[in-house]
Amino acid sequence: MAKDSAFFSNPTVKWIEHRLPIFSFLDHSLGSQYPTPRNLNYFWNFGSLAGFTLMVMILSGVFLAMNYTPHVDHAFNSVERIMRDVNYGWLIRYIHMNGASMFFIVVFIHIFRGLYFGSYKPPREILWWLGIVILLLMMATAFMGYVLPWGQMSFWGATVITNLFSAIPLVGDKIVTLLWGGFSVDNATLNRFFALHYLLPFVIAGVVVLHIWALHVHGSNNPLGIDTRGPQDTIPFHPYYTIKDAFGLAAFMIFFAFFVFFAPNYLGHPDNYIPANPMVTPAHIVPEWYFLPFYAILRSVTFNILFIDAKLGGVLAMFGSILILFLLPWLDTSRVRSGRFRPVFKVFFWIFVVVCFLLGWVGGQSADASIAGIPLLRIGQFCTFWYFAHFVVILPLLGWFERPRPLPISISQPVLGGGRIALGAAAKPMEKA
Amino acid sequence: MGSSGTSPAAAGHQGQAARRDFLYLAAGGFGAVGVGATLWPFIHSMNPAADVLALASTEVDLTPIQQGQRITVTWRGKPVFIDHRTAEQIKSARDVGLQQLPDPQADQKRVKAGKDQWLVVLGVCTHLGCVPLGQKSGESKGEYGGWFCPCHGSHYDMSGRIRKGPAPKNLEVPDFTFTNDTTIRIG
Repeated sequence: MAKDSAFFSNPTVKWIEHRLPIFSFLDHSLGSQYPTPRNLNYFWNFGSLAGFTLMVMILSGVFLAMNYTPHVDHAFNSVERIMRDVNYGWLIRYIHMNGASMFFIVVFIHIFRGLYFGSYKPPREILWWLGIVILLLMMATAFMGYVLPWGQMSFWGATVITNLFSAIPLVGDKIVTLLWGGFSVDNATLNRFFALHYLLPFVIAGVVVLHIWALHVHGSNNPLGIDTRGPQDTIPFHPYYTIKDAFGLAAFMIFFAFFVFFAPNYLGHPDNYIPANPMVTPAHIVPEWYFLPFYAILRSVTFNILFIDAKLGGVLAMFGSILILFLLPWLDTSRVRSGRFRPVFKVFFWIFVVVCFLLGWVGGQSADASIAGIPLLRIGQFCTFWYFAHFVVILPLLGWFERPRPLPISISQPVLGGGRIALGAAAKPMEKA
Repeated sequence: MGSSGTSPAAAGHQGQAARRDFLYLAAGGFGAVGVGATLWPFIHSMNPAADVLALASTEVDLTPIQQGQRITVTWRGKPVFIDHRTAEQIKSARDVGLQQLPDPQADQKRVKAGKDQWLVVLGVCTHLGCVPLGQKSGESKGEYGGWFCPCHGSHYDMSGRIRKGPAPKNLEVPDFTFTNDTTIRIG
């Protein structure tokens, strides 16, 4: 192994390694001893970008917490103090504020990468599940973080979202009172949201460790979606992908910094610079952009379904839109992973992307808006229908009716020629197709 | 260790095995009760605290409210709408057939007998908790002359009952009593 490199022959490193083999552990996790498919494209950068953004959020958040006061009478002013009086407070807050949006941009791209290249398929189902758990934790964390500045959108966002739980039959109202710690969103609510907002990122970090652990069992998927068959198909993670990730990180930080320095409030909402007022609801409540597609799904259920009333139906549809991802490895019946070899899937994938953007757009408009005479509600309902149909109808059927294009024999074959395959697991049967 | 219930010796002693099973279940059950009893204080600590509960009632003097006027007071951190209704408004609320209502409730049941002009409701939309419009002049009162929630478009009538839109229930009537002819205590 690489233990004979200059680094591992350093006496200090040797001394530590003998007692705690942390350097070889890291080398096997993210270093020269971690074999990675040689054909990963730039869509495979977004995992490390998400990890980086999590660290940025935790660090900037810890420094913000040093100056923030979680009390209804002081929260808004303590945030304004951070902006005006604390040294570089504006920078730290704008990093944290825009970092949330960056985190979701990166994670959404990461998820759609997985959807296109079939990264959720066997044997990576648990890896995929852990990713969904991270997404759910991120959403809870982002929601509670948005409440902390105690502006109008904070307060009314908290009110609307916590009220979702009142749709639960029988115990709904009791649960809402429990969440609030009172009879409305108030000081008790703000306090516990701060406590949980501080806690959850560390829980996310823990699940990220499990996510990476699961990843390393079978290694990264790749754009061809076929398994690696031996050393000729892989390159060591370090230095090849560490340098590629570093380059991607630099590009991402330029994007991030643009928002922090030139458009820090572009992704936010001006109403949140008005202190919370429990007596007046803003005319147009919208969540942050990353929740808009889910908000559109919530609002598009305006009718009762059998014994489920519209309110509960909307809540179930909204949570269902994420929970259905847990079943995706079984709903997609095709054995071919990568969309590159699935001509029909490819079309439906891009339709699905458009549907998600449309949902986001509808979610940002007021409830009774319309375009060219079509109420946006109808567009939202159609997109909601399509969103679920994509998973429940289209993907199961495609696996049966679609004829995938022939898969390459191995990752290295197009580059190195067919002769080298024998080196790998020639005894292994061909890819399932 | 002697926990091998599969060994021939243990299997032979039926009485022994039953005793083991009992001890196992009893210990497990007792442990579960202990875990539950330990969890409960933590869960219950999230419910409204004594000081929050202590602020649970509000007194309102009704004398300054003119006929046709509405005021908003705060109770438990929420707005309460008090509407001094006119005779026509009361009539319009009572002329509606109950079968037309999504959440059927007679207007008489939503006010105190003999004080029919005073409608007292929580100003909290039963959909997702926004404050409906209609308290101030110039604000939309919705299609039924009561209140209109701008968040998701729910319309309430002169009795605070849901008539149109996503809200499932009528505006809630809080517990209140007339302490004298012109004063109410909410809560």
